[in-house]
Amino acid sequence: MTAPALALSGVACTFTSRDDPGQRYTAVQDVTLTVGAGEFVAVVGPTGCGKSTLLNVAAGLLAPSAGSVSVFGEPLAGLNRRAGYMFQADSLMPWRTAQQNVMAGLEFRGMPLPQARHEADDWLKRVGLGGFGNRYPHQLSGGMRKRTALAQTLALDPDIILMDEPFSALDIQTRQLMENEVLALWQAKKKAVLFITHDLDEAIAMSDGVVVMSAGPASRPIGAFDVDLARPRDVAEIKTSPRFVELHAAIWAVLRDEVLKGYAQQLQAVAT
Amino acid sequence: MKRPAPTNARNIRLWQAALLIGLFAVWHVLTQPGLVPPLFFDNDRQAAFFFGEPLKIFSRVWVWFVRDADIYRHLAITLTETLLAFGIGSVLGLAAGLWLALAPTASAILEPYITALNSMPRIILAPIFAVWFGLGIASKVALGVTLVFFIVFFNVYQGVKEVSPVVLASARMLGANQKQLLRHVYLPSATSWVFSSLHTSVGLAFVGAVVGEYLGSSQGVGYLILQAEGSFDINTVMAGILVLTGFALLLDMLVGRIERRLMKWQPREAQTETL
Repeated sequence: MTAPALALSGVACTFTSRDDPGQRYTAVQDVTLTVGAGEFVAVVGPTGCGKSTLLNVAAGLLAPSAGSVSVFGEPLAGLNRRAGYMFQADSLMPWRTAQQNVMAGLEFRGMPLPQARHEADDWLKRVGLGGFGNRYPHQLSGGMRKRTALAQTLALDPDIILMDEPFSALDIQTRQLMENEVLALWQAKKKAVLFITHDLDEAIAMSDGVVVMSAGPASRPIGAFDVDLARPRDVAEIKTSPRFVELHAAIWAVLRDEVLKGYAQQLQAVAT
Repeated sequence: MKRPAPTNARNIRLWQAALLIGLFAVWHVLTQPGLVPPLFFDNDRQAAFFFGEPLKIFSRVWVWFVRDADIYRHLAITLTETLLAFGIGSVLGLAAGLWLALAPTASAILEPYITALNSMPRIILAPIFAVWFGLGIASKVALGVTLVFFIVFFNVYQGVKEVSPVVLASARMLGANQKQLLRHVYLPSATSWVFSSLHTSVGLAFVGAVVGEYLGSSQGVGYLILQAEGSFDINTVMAGILVLTGFALLLDMLVGRIERRLMKWQPREAQTETL
């Protein structure tokens, strides 16, 4: 058996306050998670359960307090060079045009500029933004910025794609379009994907497996479900299939308590 | 700020011009000997002595620019000093700002010194610079540089500190090394802050040049004003101030142009070209 694309084992992340080292906050604890090569894994959980922390660990942007990360069998030290990261917030460089943003990674890797430009244009076309290459991010809509970010990530052809609620800021129609586009692109290339979301529908519709996280602090996986829906899928249509409804009910039963717990904690935090 | 409609904008220009003409008219009426009886002074020549007379001021400007055409040499000197001070100050400020923002230890060590240097009234360095660099261009440039440097420095420092962490993380994930981060992330982000301070720093470079000339020089517009003051020639002093103000406005407009050209990636409110 080949090594999984991404394996987190026993990962914990404890943050200490810089002003007051006595104050500590454990975001995630005892997280063991594997993403096989070409597998699409979604992680769902209530808000504030440290999902983004997990992704930062997988990206190598954040060193875990305990546990280890391995990438294709090799222990991860420093940045994860085989991963591309799609952030939740706007991550495009505002001083670069869409084309220059997409070619940024290629440029950093030393590809000659004309070739990088050519590839960037190809990718922009693939995400439906041909002819928008000379626009600056502020001249693009939220959905177009996300597409640009997607092209920017995929242009490097990473073996692992990390996505942090990439579509949470989009309206529902744009979101479904983007989800289908991502699925189509993923279907063609079959990369390992770790997809973070708070939207259970999105998680089931897109992934091969759903991991449910408990409410924070010290959040950990409390359930893993295989999603055995046929591919290719259409995210809007699949939501009416009986198997989808069944899976949704099963996962929601686990998730609901955690969501309520997380919500109660947030209310408490506001009250104190 | 809302941009007014074109006809409205023309009206505003008209009002601005009318206000200017009105100001000069009032000035003229109050200072022209014999036109109105003296209100505050014993003698009707005193108002002209203290405040100058617009007509004589304009004729002075005319003589400078057209009849004798002898101000260009002085203007060229002053503008050269301004541009040199601005250029050198900006480059030094940019370099120092980048360095200190990216080297926390150095910045922690140097912090009190920078605060001290910044709070020091640096205009008083002018005589010292005159001793060090002589009465030529160099001492004025040095004064201007000390004024411009800190404006640019603080803005760059702030700019680097406030680079969006997401953009930074994204660039790192895209494979940027330290040098590429500097060139493609920190520098563009810092430049936008430099530009936001450009109007102030060009103005201060101008102040440095003129004050330097005023305190001791043999050429430049500041020198002309100093000369006229020595002989109580208030009209020439006023003419000098008028010319300096005009050129300060011109410089400011130029900066605005360059800023718009270079910062087109930044959203502006008047811009609605989104899709």
